[in-house]
Amino acid sequence: MPGLIQSIERAAAVLRLLASGARKMGVGELATALDLPKGTVHGILRTLQHVGFVEQSPDTGKYQLGPALFHIGSSYLDGNELRTRALNWSDSLAGRSRESVRIGTLHEGQVLVVHHVFRPDNSSQVLEVGALLPAHASALGKVLLANDPVGELGEQPLARFTEATVTEPERLAEALEDVRRRGWAADLEELVEGEVSLAAPIRDRRTVTVGAIGVSGPVERLCDSAGEPRTDLVSYVREAARAISRELGAIPW
Amino acid sequence: MSQQYIAAIDQGTTSSRCIVFDHDGSIVSVAQKEHRQIFPKPGWVEHDAEEIWDNVLDVVHGALSKMSITVHDLVAVGITNQRETTVVWDRATGKPVHNAIVWQDTRTDQLVRELGGDAGQDRFRELCGLPLATYFAGPKARWLLDHVPGLRERAEVGEVLFGTMDTWLIWKLTGRHVTDVTNASRTMLMNLATLDWDDTLLDAIGVPRAMLPEIRSSAEVYGTATGTLAGLPVASALGDQQAALFGQTCYSPGEGKCTYGTGSFLLLNTGDKPVKSVNGLLTTVGYKIGDEPATYALEGAIAVTGALVQWFRDKVGLIASAPEIETLARTVEDNGGCYFVPAFSGLFAPHWRSDARGVIAGLTGYIDKGHIARAVLEATAWQTREVVDAMNVDSGVELTTLKVDGGMTANNLLMQFLSDVLDVPVVRPIIAETTCLGAAYAAGLATGFWSDTETLRENWHKAAEWLPSMEERARGKGYRKWKKAVERSMDWIDEDDKED
Ligand SMILES: Nc1ncnc2c1ncn2[C@@H]1O[C@H](COP(=O)(O)OP(=O)(O)OP(=O)(O)O)[C@@H](O)[C@H]1O
Ligand SMILES: [Mg+2]
Repeated sequence: MPGLIQSIERAAAVLRLLASGARKMGVGELATALDLPKGTVHGILRTLQHVGFVEQSPDTGKYQLGPALFHIGSSYLDGNELRTRALNWSDSLAGRSRESVRIGTLHEGQVLVVHHVFRPDNSSQVLEVGALLPAHASALGKVLLANDPVGELGEQPLARFTEATVTEPERLAEALEDVRRRGWAADLEELVEGEVSLAAPIRDRRTVTVGAIGVSGPVERLCDSAGEPRTDLVSYVREAARAISRELGAIPW
Repeated sequence: MSQQYIAAIDQGTTSSRCIVFDHDGSIVSVAQKEHRQIFPKPGWVEHDAEEIWDNVLDVVHGALSKMSITVHDLVAVGITNQRETTVVWDRATGKPVHNAIVWQDTRTDQLVRELGGDAGQDRFRELCGLPLATYFAGPKARWLLDHVPGLRERAEVGEVLFGTMDTWLIWKLTGRHVTDVTNASRTMLMNLATLDWDDTLLDAIGVPRAMLPEIRSSAEVYGTATGTLAGLPVASALGDQQAALFGQTCYSPGEGKCTYGTGSFLLLNTGDKPVKSVNGLLTTVGYKIGDEPATYALEGAIAVTGALVQWFRDKVGLIASAPEIETLARTVEDNGGCYFVPAFSGLFAPHWRSDARGVIAGLTGYIDKGHIARAVLEATAWQTREVVDAMNVDSGVELTTLKVDGGMTANNLLMQFLSDVLDVPVVRPIIAETTCLGAAYAAGLATGFWSDTETLRENWHKAAEWLPSMEERARGKGYRKWKKAVERSMDWIDEDDKED
């Protein structure tokens, strides 16, 4: 049979092994089990890690299957489906926060708005479903980037929109680390001057982040006198994200 | 004092759900459970009323436990329900004598034709506001009396009881045998002017008064629940479409809404007088709050809209979930000339043709699954266009904006297309679940949780708006083709189709 690529066969064997065992495995164990040199297995693991198919435990250094693998085959959550399932909770969020609500998913490095609920003040507003937002300069985008298994940053260099836009990749990486730790993200006038947005991740039953939900509005309403996001709004956003996640089958966290 | 809430039970065609609302009218908790659709024969649709009762208890407890709320945190529960679906049960044992006959069921086709006799379909319209059609509850009760052995004798002495789903649930909850005016207005047995059972109608349709519930307003405490919900006041009942009208805060004459669920229903508030339709709409009770006078409505009832999407998902299998139809429809630019008339239960408003059956028209080798998905969605919009046209004529006022709600409003492609074919803005309020909201509002008014309808109006906010962007030529052509497709769906059922 011509054209079979040995390294892909070996990568498949690594994945199969990781999928078969209930536990994480180290490079040495994998090498022994597959009867391959440690260096070869290490190279395969690094590549698989890069594409998100495996991940390495930070404390033990052992490997397990990565979240990107779960997107394959089970197919990602359809944006129209996400909107339908999220309808009640995005309405409630708009009602509680008195601000407009958006739900976004990652689309080629940008945020695709799949749902938009008007600010409930009966003013004239335009439906923005289908719009694209820059990922690094929006709260929705930061949540999605921070939780994206592949962690791709989209277009480089990072475009500047306001003085506050984070344009250095290192600073963005730090900010994303913060988002992961805190479980929510803010854009403080980073896209539009005077405008703030807050967002939190929507997860499915495999705890894969399938979208983000957030509110946006003027800094005077979204931030307190110290310029920090209002904690009540942050908890409304996080509660809505949790309610939708529960709707999608995620175990409450 | 801890926070207080109102719960609403929405006993729908496909599922039962319970939603808990706070004082702002925001959703606090939701639980939902589907029940079986029983299809004994083509055109027959039944539900197991006992299964529904079990599900209703499950969803109420489910909604409460999800948010760690107890029955004591609830001020009241309101009920809204699929309308016309008919159940008869034994007063002594509480057991249904037969599966419930669902509103979509067409088994009374022959019966309603006989009832019309020489006078035809509109024989009772003057009295009850409705044309003779398989849709309504009275003839379904008559069918049961004719077909369940011994039932008529037992009904005449009040040993068995009739109810629509509101009545069944209130009876199970409180032991009282009552219905509300909106549900009663769907039986063909109630006089629209007196709001009481009408002897002429009872005699003609053949349903004994002894089995009928007492007709009450839509918002009052009917009784207090026993069992696991002990102590909870049951404080409202409205048919689901009337509840949605109420939840959309359409409290003034001329205000209306269209709800997009299993079927779709356009209701227009016509104030304290019933308005007779000459264009195939229904005259019905909108709501009645306690001792206040009843508010009437004109209704355009469309049997199959969301149900077509569900059929496409379950029976055709090209999509795994209802929302995916939008994804599939967006794989193409237009319908490719294909039109789908979902006359699964015949055609309801404005045609009222029980002899119609579904057709897909305009098929060519060019049509792919994306076009059919579009035709499925567009069918909902064109059917709305037909009832809006009828409504404009019957009510004498042109529709300027369409207020929408229900599950299908999550579909942006559909909502945009709807605005395009109606040539008016389409707006969705901040709660798409207006059916539950309306039942909650009515129960809240009955128990003083909310003071008046003005307070409720302040909760209405625009959550989304779609503006028309279709050229007149395209709209005109599309509507013309749609009407041709509708013609092709008619006169399909023959005499020998009715032999069992
Ligand atoms: N995104 C969508 N696109 C198209 N149709 C949809 C979408 N989401 C839901 N539906 C359809 O809407 C219907 C569900 O809406 P909804 O929950 O308001 O109806 P329902 O109240 O359950 O109906 P019923 O009360 O009669 O049981 C289903 O028929 C489903 O096929
Ligand atoms: Mg419903």
